[in-house]
Amino acid sequence: MKGKESLRVFSLLVENKPGVLFRVSSHFRRRSYNIESIAVGPTENRDIARMVITMIADDETADSFVRLLRRTIDVIDVKKIKSEDAILRELAIVKIRASDVQTRDSILNLCNAFGARVLEITKNSVIVEITGTSSQIDNFISLASDYGVKEVSRTGVTALSRG
Amino acid sequence: MVVYSGAHALVEALKREKVEVIFGIPGGAIMPVYDVLKDSGIRHILARHEQSAAHMADGYARASGKVGVAMATSGPGTTNLVTGIANAYMDSIPVVAITGQVPTHQLGTDAFQETDALGIFNPITKYVFQPRRPTEIPYVVKAAFYLASTGRTGPVVIDVPKDVQVGEADMVFPDKVEIRGYVPSHPPDPSAIERTAEILLNAERPVILAGGGVIKSGSCDVMVALAEYLLIPVVTTLMGKGSIPENHPLAMGPIGMHGTYQANKLVMESDVILSLGVRFSDRSTMDVSEFTKERKIIHFDIDPTEIGKNVKPYHYVVGELRTAITMLYEAVKRRVRSKKESLWAKRAKQLKEEYDGRVFGINKELCSPNIVKKIREILPVNGIVTTEVGQNQMWASLYFKVLKPRTFITSGGLGTMGFGFPAAIGAKAAKPDVPVVDIAGDGSFLMTCNSLATSVTEGLPVVVCILNNSVLGMVAQWQRLFYQGRYSAVWLGPTPDFVQLAKAFKAEGVRVHSLEEFEKAFKEAIKSEVTTVIDIPISPEENVFPFVPVGESLKNMMVG
Ligand SMILES: Cc1ncc(C[n+]2csc(CCOP(=O)(O)OP(=O)(O)O)c2C)c(N)n1
Repeated sequence: MKGKESLRVFSLLVENKPGVLFRVSSHFRRRSYNIESIAVGPTENRDIARMVITMIADDETADSFVRLLRRTIDVIDVKKIKSEDAILRELAIVKIRASDVQTRDSILNLCNAFGARVLEITKNSVIVEITGTSSQIDNFISLASDYGVKEVSRTGVTALSRG
Repeated sequence: MVVYSGAHALVEALKREKVEVIFGIPGGAIMPVYDVLKDSGIRHILARHEQSAAHMADGYARASGKVGVAMATSGPGTTNLVTGIANAYMDSIPVVAITGQVPTHQLGTDAFQETDALGIFNPITKYVFQPRRPTEIPYVVKAAFYLASTGRTGPVVIDVPKDVQVGEADMVFPDKVEIRGYVPSHPPDPSAIERTAEILLNAERPVILAGGGVIKSGSCDVMVALAEYLLIPVVTTLMGKGSIPENHPLAMGPIGMHGTYQANKLVMESDVILSLGVRFSDRSTMDVSEFTKERKIIHFDIDPTEIGKNVKPYHYVVGELRTAITMLYEAVKRRVRSKKESLWAKRAKQLKEEYDGRVFGINKELCSPNIVKKIREILPVNGIVTTEVGQNQMWASLYFKVLKPRTFITSGGLGTMGFGFPAAIGAKAAKPDVPVVDIAGDGSFLMTCNSLATSVTEGLPVVVCILNNSVLGMVAQWQRLFYQGRYSAVWLGPTPDFVQLAKAFKAEGVRVHSLEEFEKAFKEAIKSEVTTVIDIPISPEENVFPFVPVGESLKNMMVG
């Protein structure tokens, strides 16, 4: 029986070496769960990488993944992150259609409101960078789509516990 | 520090792990290792197919409790190992497999006999190592044995590129390794143990369900002591067979699709199941909601991922099993005195008296149940039985009373036809002074019968008893019962002549036509210096009962 599903965030410390991402992601593949996002990078210690994985799941499934990930030999630590106890951020680069001055101005206003940074302006488009929570980014993209969003690239969530 | 080649370091490291036997087949990508192996003092047993090499290592491990070692070349040698490794993984058997690999500069180029060992073995092992430099080898071997043999045991693969075998370096052999992401087991939580004692002592109709974990952790004696102290009847899983001597008054036999009548019946009458080292396989619990209904399940396991995986327990304890059971036994002793009698124990006794060893639906004298019982009668207590897969396996499970741990070896999780015979050879290598018998079906035996060559040339005599029904019997049984008797692709026919086949390999072959003839042949066979195949023609139409069809509750046993 399925419980209530919602976005789950796992923060892992893993060995920073080949094959580890494969080992971790295999658990999701085998059980036919989709990884919503995954962000990996080295920590202050080059031997150890942090992997932040998000998925949609109910409590029981999320717990079973935590246990599986903990058992994985290259995984050193696993934390299930609650959004209220952590700082969660995502970065997106968005290419927005803009072929006249008015539109450009209007997009610049939108960027100001969201603290987004303009990376490039060409005759036909504006490329902006935005950092924030996933829902802020969703929101930004949804507003920008009034002008026409040509392309989006999102990093996926990365996170650190508070305190 | 000493300068060694990678191959030399590998063999030296194996010696330091006290490896005495390796089962394998050489080939191009592993030749440097075989060259060193020749003068190493480690016995190499030449298999005739790598699948069998892995099964031999598996059988060796199950019989001895030590790590079994298999070796193969890259490419086809590696892929041939897959079934054997998957088999060991499903039953949590400590096996280390060493495979050759193309040189590091050729990795990923589809070089001759390259195959992605890491990719293939990842889901069916505890871990796969691929050392990229000779200096890594001593550590990798140490770590592989450590991982395979601790915690929840299981297979580990070491994939060694050829240049890493050839390259020379200063070698340091570590005495121990630490793997920061690996905790073999957690200490059991004392309060969870106390709570278990409470639940158990408040139960009216408790049973112990013992799994393979009880045998692996060496907890059989404590488990039996606990059962005796509280007069709790013990049922087992297929993998748990032998955790309690099956002639013990409290031993009810295995539960499951082909569990004993008394075990299935009793477990469904219980109000608390103390489950020890089990994973609640669907073949054991059958309909899970019925299994868990109206009773409290307590689950003890070393592996936290097993808790709640198949059955949501009422209460659980994670930790090394022997420690956990010992703590529970102590907690129980502190609370109550040993029980002398109970209605529930009487009920178990009555069921056992009524149904123990009963044969359902077969009236011939020369039939599988009688053969299996005869094998038990004649075989010494420490004699080892392996099985193939299918009806033969279930008859063995139902009628062969295991009296000691590690004397019943069967492919539980994967259900691999062809496992029993090479596993028997592996067991014989571990226990040369003990008779080893493979209870076989004709279909299964044909899958790995080329291991006769290994058995004969290596002087590892075992006895194969073929319950020869000329069909893929278990499949035929399902077709009879669920597909209106429409037999599809199950008829094996009169070929081969197993007596001639055995003789062609310079083994002994006999065919028997009565229980008396079987008795005589079997008595000779277990004393013989050479492997003996006993061909026992039986009816193709026999069914194994009790039988709980898929989707049904253990209550609903077909018995004929
Ligand atoms: C490698 C493999 N292939 C197929 C099966 C499916 N299967 C399960 S039992 C069985 C029949 C086994 O026949 P046999 O060895 O003659 O034993 P019997 O059931 O007749 O005792 C088959 C084909 C299997 N378990 N393993």
